[in-house]
Amino acid sequence: MKRNGQVLLTVERITKQFGGVVAVNDVSFDVNKGEILAVIGPNGAGKTTLFNIVTGILAPSSGTVRFSGTDITGKKPYQIAQLGMTRTFQNLEVFTNMSVIENVMTGAHRNMKTSFLQAGLRVPSVKKEEKAVEEKAMRCLEKVGIAHLAYERAETLPYGNQRLLEIARAIAAEPALILLDEPMAGLNDEESRRLVEVILQLRKEGLTFVFVEHDMETVMAISDHIVVLDNGVKIGEGTPEEIYRNKAVVAAYLGEEETVC
Amino acid sequence: MHERRLGTWLFALGILLFPLIVHSNYLLSILIMIGFYSLVCNGLTMLMGYAGQISLGHAAFYGIGAYTTAYLSATHGWSPWLSIIAGAIISAFIAFIVGIPTFKLKGHYLALATLGFGVIVYTCFKEFTSITGGMNGFFGIPSIKLFAWEFSNDARFYYLIWIVVFLSLLFSQNIIHSRVGRALRSIEGSEAASDAVGIDIMRYKLQVFVYSAICASIAGSLYAHYVTFINPQAFDAMLSIYFLIMVITGGASSIWGAVIGSSVFVLLSELLKEVVPLVFSNAGGEFEIVFFGVLLVVMLIYMPNGLTAAWKKITGKWRTSTTLSPAAKGGGGR
Ligand SMILES: Nc1ncnc2c1ncn2[C@@H]1O[C@H](COP(=O)(O)OP(=O)(O)OP(=O)(O)O)[C@@H](O)[C@H]1O
Ligand SMILES: [Mg+2]
Repeated sequence: MKRNGQVLLTVERITKQFGGVVAVNDVSFDVNKGEILAVIGPNGAGKTTLFNIVTGILAPSSGTVRFSGTDITGKKPYQIAQLGMTRTFQNLEVFTNMSVIENVMTGAHRNMKTSFLQAGLRVPSVKKEEKAVEEKAMRCLEKVGIAHLAYERAETLPYGNQRLLEIARAIAAEPALILLDEPMAGLNDEESRRLVEVILQLRKEGLTFVFVEHDMETVMAISDHIVVLDNGVKIGEGTPEEIYRNKAVVAAYLGEEETVC
Repeated sequence: MHERRLGTWLFALGILLFPLIVHSNYLLSILIMIGFYSLVCNGLTMLMGYAGQISLGHAAFYGIGAYTTAYLSATHGWSPWLSIIAGAIISAFIAFIVGIPTFKLKGHYLALATLGFGVIVYTCFKEFTSITGGMNGFFGIPSIKLFAWEFSNDARFYYLIWIVVFLSLLFSQNIIHSRVGRALRSIEGSEAASDAVGIDIMRYKLQVFVYSAICASIAGSLYAHYVTFINPQAFDAMLSIYFLIMVITGGASSIWGAVIGSSVFVLLSELLKEVVPLVFSNAGGEFEIVFFGVLLVVMLIYMPNGLTAAWKKITGKWRTSTTLSPAAKGGGGR
């Protein structure tokens, strides 16, 4: 089970309790640079909770998270994002009060410089920065295949396109790591294929992904490494082949999946 | 030419020409009043419409601007220009200090906290009689001079206030179409997603709150130099609520909403002053409160995004403006 490579994210003995519920129970794993890591598990397994801890939205009851060598436990979400970690949401969080391209331009916030005063006085650098960021946003939209919708109101996009928009917004931040919470949910076959291509392409460009997904076909096809949660506990970890052969995993998760679907 | 710039310059032209066409001092004085309120609402629109944060305490900053400039210019003989700037700095500082704990709150709690702030400041105006003159008011505020030019009559003051309004609208418009404007709007859109792309929400809430306080403070200062007499009643909680009504009437998501809302408010209250005594011979100011209260409720039910949004809907345009429209980009798109 030893993987080669440089560790980008370390989740170390993370536990999260909500009152009596232990949503995440002593979970540890590493994510290597350039890897696509899937977190799988039945509904309520604690996947989203884990994401919320890694991105700083929730504080863990115990344990630490390290990103690019720095301890980020207890840091604010925006500080973690500024270090180069962005995410998408299981329940969409598109900026519905903006156009599609403005959503993506907002994603580029952390790499821009304009301050309140500079913006108000519209000093020459602002104009240049705006133009550059708009072009960059357009490229991000092209990558996910919705560039033709750039000037629509984000609110008017169908569900699948809003998912793609969230991914374009996350890419625009030029992060080192992207967390995707059920990116395929609500996408049709065509859109899912497109998204898989996008993820694989971006990985080639050096990005690292951690994603939660229920669609096992996609998980098995694109993941380098899989972490399996059940009831907050990590019950298995390994390559897709290893996971497929892991009896505990098949019993707890894959078996159930078959009966559910 | 950009459509949004075109609108701005047409607006400027209208402002410039108005006194040359209309010679009524009464109408000019109404437009000056609209100017004060437009300046306040311009800042408030950025706070409420773009960042989605309510304030029911902006009469306080209007008052702090008025009393600071009154005290420094009348009592200590400062140049009004300097005392207006001093007022703005004090308001900015107070907004910053008050904002830090206040913006940890959301929704109703934020509304109540800002309302409370307004009441406290109002009480200070009433009680610190050695500086403010208390309920007797503050008399003899000097008028503003630029070299030998004194802004003492309505026509001159009209230009002064509207130049300031125009500059502040330009400033706001520049903010909106920038990294900062998107950060502000993202807060209203989804705080979770703002966080996720690395936007320091608290910082932007504070910045826009301070900006709105500065706008209100300058408006209040100019008001003080215009009327030359102020008393605490001009800055009570009711005024904060009227500001809210103006912003909502105009439409909190367009900077033109500030001017439109202020105009509608001032014109309606002038109309009420004429009409009400004809209908109810013994009615006082309470009628105005009831009327605007009802207006607020009706607006929130039927036009929650205000008149500018209703107008844009009619003309088939959007509520929020994009940075660049495809047309302006020459077909943009893909
Ligand atoms: N804020 C909260 N307060 C209390 N309990 C919570 C909270 N968030 C999650 N939980 C509980 O923690 C457990 C894990 O939830 P979580 O949303 O992380 O699961 P998940 O693996 O993402 O599930 P799904 O596949 O349905 O998205 C669940 O039992 C859930 O009810
Ligand atoms: Mg989940």
